[in-house]
Amino acid sequence: MTKEVKNNKKKSVEIQLKKTLTGITGLDEITRGGLPAGRPTLICGEAGCGKTLMSLEFLVRGILDYNEPGIFMAFEEKSQELALNVASLGFDLEKLQKEKKLKLDYVHIDRSEIEETGEYDLDGLFIRLGYAIDSIGARRVVLDTIENLFSGLSNQAILRAELRRLFHWLKEKGVTAIVTGERGEGTSLTRQGLEEYVSDCVILLDHRVINQISTRRLRIVKYRGSVHGTNEYPFLIDEDGISVLPVTSLKLEKEVSSERISSGIPALDKMLGGHGFFKGGSILVSGTAGTGKTSIAACFTNEACNKGKKCLYFAFEESPRQIIRNMKSINMDLQKHADKGRLEFHASRPTLHGLEQHLVAIHKLIKTFKPDVVVLDPITNLITVGSVSEVKAMLIRLIDFLQEEQITVMFTALSLNTIVSEQTDEGVSSLVDAWLLVRDIEFNGERNRGMYIMKSRGMKHSNQVREFIITDNGIDLVDVYLGPDGILTGSAREAQKLQEKTGEILKNNALNMKDREIDRKRKVLEAKIASLQTEFESAEEELNKIYVEEDLVKMIASENRHEILRRRTDAQPLDNKKEG
Amino acid sequence: METKRYQYELRLYIAGKTVKSQTALANLNKYCEEYLQGEYKIEVIDLLVKPQLAEGDQIFAVPTLVRKVPEPIRRIIGDLSNEEKVLVGLNIRPVNTKQ
Repeated sequence: MTKEVKNNKKKSVEIQLKKTLTGITGLDEITRGGLPAGRPTLICGEAGCGKTLMSLEFLVRGILDYNEPGIFMAFEEKSQELALNVASLGFDLEKLQKEKKLKLDYVHIDRSEIEETGEYDLDGLFIRLGYAIDSIGARRVVLDTIENLFSGLSNQAILRAELRRLFHWLKEKGVTAIVTGERGEGTSLTRQGLEEYVSDCVILLDHRVINQISTRRLRIVKYRGSVHGTNEYPFLIDEDGISVLPVTSLKLEKEVSSERISSGIPALDKMLGGHGFFKGGSILVSGTAGTGKTSIAACFTNEACNKGKKCLYFAFEESPRQIIRNMKSINMDLQKHADKGRLEFHASRPTLHGLEQHLVAIHKLIKTFKPDVVVLDPITNLITVGSVSEVKAMLIRLIDFLQEEQITVMFTALSLNTIVSEQTDEGVSSLVDAWLLVRDIEFNGERNRGMYIMKSRGMKHSNQVREFIITDNGIDLVDVYLGPDGILTGSAREAQKLQEKTGEILKNNALNMKDREIDRKRKVLEAKIASLQTEFESAEEELNKIYVEEDLVKMIASENRHEILRRRTDAQPLDNKKEG
Repeated sequence: METKRYQYELRLYIAGKTVKSQTALANLNKYCEEYLQGEYKIEVIDLLVKPQLAEGDQIFAVPTLVRKVPEPIRRIIGDLSNEEKVLVGLNIRPVNTKQ
């Protein structure tokens, strides 16, 4: 998507107006491609709001990133001072000057040394600048607080005419110029009305202190012939220069992943349709104090690291060592991951700087570390540096950014009251994809933790309240018992379990007794059957005996008959002869 | 060039032969002849010819008259039409008061 946007940007830039990339983080995005090329841009703001630095960074980035040499014409600070001031940002002006990439020119104007008589013009300045531009082939020019001319010279009429001529001349030269100017009284942008001369692009820098926390902001007042971000954007000056955050993503066309990422608690994954959270999603864990929010976050972190993912942990309450020590007590070794470079902690007090600065800092760290998982623990403390709506706005932008980068984020938030229906979580509960609520269940003289899923977009999830237990071996979820007096947790749950167990034993016992009774009855019947069988056998034998005897008698009788018959036949042959 | 050290060493920076620069040069010559006869040296630098010299003497307006000697360096910008201001600027005490 980002590519597409870039392409679109390029196209529109070509049609509308040529632009010069500043190379300053974020500024190019707000201006949709940089400052107008070959034209002067006015940067105005109060003293100490970063005008000089921004313009100098424009030059240095131009040289380093885009190979466009630059001229810095200072009316305020001497070249050496300037070089020293920006050395802390890693800008080596001396080296760039030696390489003929940069030229610092300090225009010294001191009223006490100057006398004005009659007509004059600023051709000297033109020639000087022109010579400098030609000598190194400069493409970028910065005139730092050109208004100092007004304090050095008294003839305003000449000055104004000459300035007008100067800006025309700069345009003719085709250099992209930045002119800085001090913020004027009231509504005027600059003291001397420079905005009248520089009509193409005006950027206003601001430095505000709210609740003792200062935030620098930037706004593009006008940018002729170009679309640009119109909001006030916070920016940060740190060791890498200026970072502007164009964090308000107006579109909601982020890519989504259906890949899942485990929460590190198997039982919780089960509640979330069996696989855990969506990758690139945002998860809010909220609960009252001491409910184990940090433990859940650490568990999530631990699991991600175990899977070889990179994790960034922003701690706003505890120090990294403290977290590591505490998590060791529930059998999670975060130190191991930290040593391997998979886990990075970043602890800061919320009051360290303003919300926006926090956001910028988080952005930068994420950009450099490129984590898969980010944890913010807890977001509640941010409320101390901004109002609820501000915190919400910041978190929206953070979530947007993280979603674009496909980073899964887990926030923990402390809810100050225990009424669940009230959404006290900095109002982000509507933004996040998954919301886990951990709450105390006070019952039967003890406090137990219950966890449930308030919402989890795009997946089947359990509607059950689970008891959330923290043991020496980590975190686990167990089913809470639903008794006649409501849900049972802790010892009540154990008691219930025990009761059920007793019941089961009794039942088993009863079953056993019945089984034995049946057995006995069967045995009695079987015995009866056996005796009847023997009775039957003896009766049968009796009957058989008669049969056998009869047969025997029959057989013997027939044998006898035969014998008699034979004997008779032996004695009869004489008789037969007599008759025959 | 002459090795002689003058009491006044003056440099006039101009950018081309414009009306202003001509006026300035004429004015300067006039004042010097009048007040610093023999004690001055005027060097005219055309920045269109030698732009690299502009930075050294902190020139931003033309014409500019720079008093190199005596110290401290003083600058007078403009066509030098106001005699009094030029004299004050150069810290010249008129040799002969014309009262």
